[in-house]
Amino acid sequence: MTENTTFTHGIDFSALDRGTRTLRLASEQPCIEVKGLNLYYGEKQALKDINMVIPRNRVTAFIGPSGCGKSTLLRCFNRMNDLVDGVRIEGAVTLDGQNIFSKSVNVADLRRRVGMVFQKPNPFPKSIYENVAYGLRIQGINDRRTLDEVVERSLRSAALWDEVKDRLHDSALGLSGGQQQRLVIARAIAIEPEVLLLDEPASALDPISTLKIEELVYELKSAYSIVIVTHNLQQAARVSDYTAFMYMGSLVEYGDTSTLFTKPRKKQTEDYITGRYG
Amino acid sequence: MDKNSISHHIFRQFNIELEEIRNRVFAMGGLVEQQIADAIAALVDADPHLAESVIANDYRVNALEVSIDEACSHILARRQPAASDLRLIVAVIKTITDLERIGDEAEKIARMAIRLSNMERPKDHYLEIQNLGNHVGRMVHDALDAFARMDPEAALRVAQEDDKVDHEYDRIMRQLITFMMEDPRTITRVLNVIWTARSLERIGDHACNISEYVIYLVKGKDVRHTSLEQMEKDARADE
Repeated sequence: MTENTTFTHGIDFSALDRGTRTLRLASEQPCIEVKGLNLYYGEKQALKDINMVIPRNRVTAFIGPSGCGKSTLLRCFNRMNDLVDGVRIEGAVTLDGQNIFSKSVNVADLRRRVGMVFQKPNPFPKSIYENVAYGLRIQGINDRRTLDEVVERSLRSAALWDEVKDRLHDSALGLSGGQQQRLVIARAIAIEPEVLLLDEPASALDPISTLKIEELVYELKSAYSIVIVTHNLQQAARVSDYTAFMYMGSLVEYGDTSTLFTKPRKKQTEDYITGRYG
Repeated sequence: MDKNSISHHIFRQFNIELEEIRNRVFAMGGLVEQQIADAIAALVDADPHLAESVIANDYRVNALEVSIDEACSHILARRQPAASDLRLIVAVIKTITDLERIGDEAEKIARMAIRLSNMERPKDHYLEIQNLGNHVGRMVHDALDAFARMDPEAALRVAQEDDKVDHEYDRIMRQLITFMMEDPRTITRVLNVIWTARSLERIGDHACNISEYVIYLVKGKDVRHTSLEQMEKDARADE
């Protein structure tokens, strides 16, 4: 009897009930809300009536075949599509309740709050230190001690500090691809954004560097809301709390990652994640 | 999901691997069904040679279990299956565990048949055991058939049979206890019959388990340890 209690010590049996373990979107705190979003590149409609809520302090993955609109949707969240000629956007995307497309929104300020990391690491041709300090410098912060602090904290958060602390003033271009990508993430979080958008952050990296990025994403979600676009389904399954499957500009299915990868509701999702032709 | 969705993978080798695993599960199922039938026939006909062959064949059931398990591990490691493919692999891994246990029960019955073959025989030639054996043998067959056709309704019918098996088993037990009370000289023999009935009842439970995996496979709902009503609801749920 006493042995039995020792073995079961620490197990909360009430939490083992069916259905109590799954994450539920409805009970999450919203960070970004997308309402009736349509996006056109000239005549071509790239996003079709997207409605979704990106939860706070969670990792949300967008998956889908090339050209399905997942990167386009991601780029809406910090208005990167503004730079594309002939783009037309209808509907709303709100960040903390404020429509980011409204005229009163300062785009530079929005991009400070919504950071982005791309597929190919794009460090500036400067030192490691200056890459991370860049965001603060353009805000006019030049105090040495403040910069030192932020650079160290950001590099530590990006799990890069130990690898670069002795060569902070060497060129960032001398780092490996995986290190460069973590440097870019450190640069993005140096200015303390609320949201981090990752567009295929690991697709150009080797498996070990990929796992380091994934581990980093997992660590960072306690402080940031993260949205990641990936072609690697296993990566979406490993790293995300929620997964959205997009197909031909529409949001087909959106729900907690465990359910989506074991029992998707839609046949299109099933065909895609199991590698079948529909 | 339906049966045809096993094929249609873009990577066609994956279709072949899944089909191969399914075929081996059904081969294992067929072998186990034969083992049950032979064990019961050996007992009813007092045929120790047939019983010996059942015992000798059990290694085949075990070998199939090991080989299917290994094939499933390879698929998990190399293909990282998702959704219905993942559920198929999970259902297979669990199904073959139950099939192997059924094989063990058949072997036990065969051992009982050998002992009973040189004892006095009852007038009805173990008709009750034969009936119970046919009943659970049919359940195993139907559960595997439901698996092959991915038919949750058929799986549900197997689960519904289990109550009847339990009643049949209780009735046999009461009858055997009466025999022992009436004539204590029969106790040694009747105990062997009780263990046989017990093995058959367990086979019914294993068939029931397999039918639960079929519902998990097709509907994605885990219906183990729920009521029959809940199972009916999940098996008939429209997603």
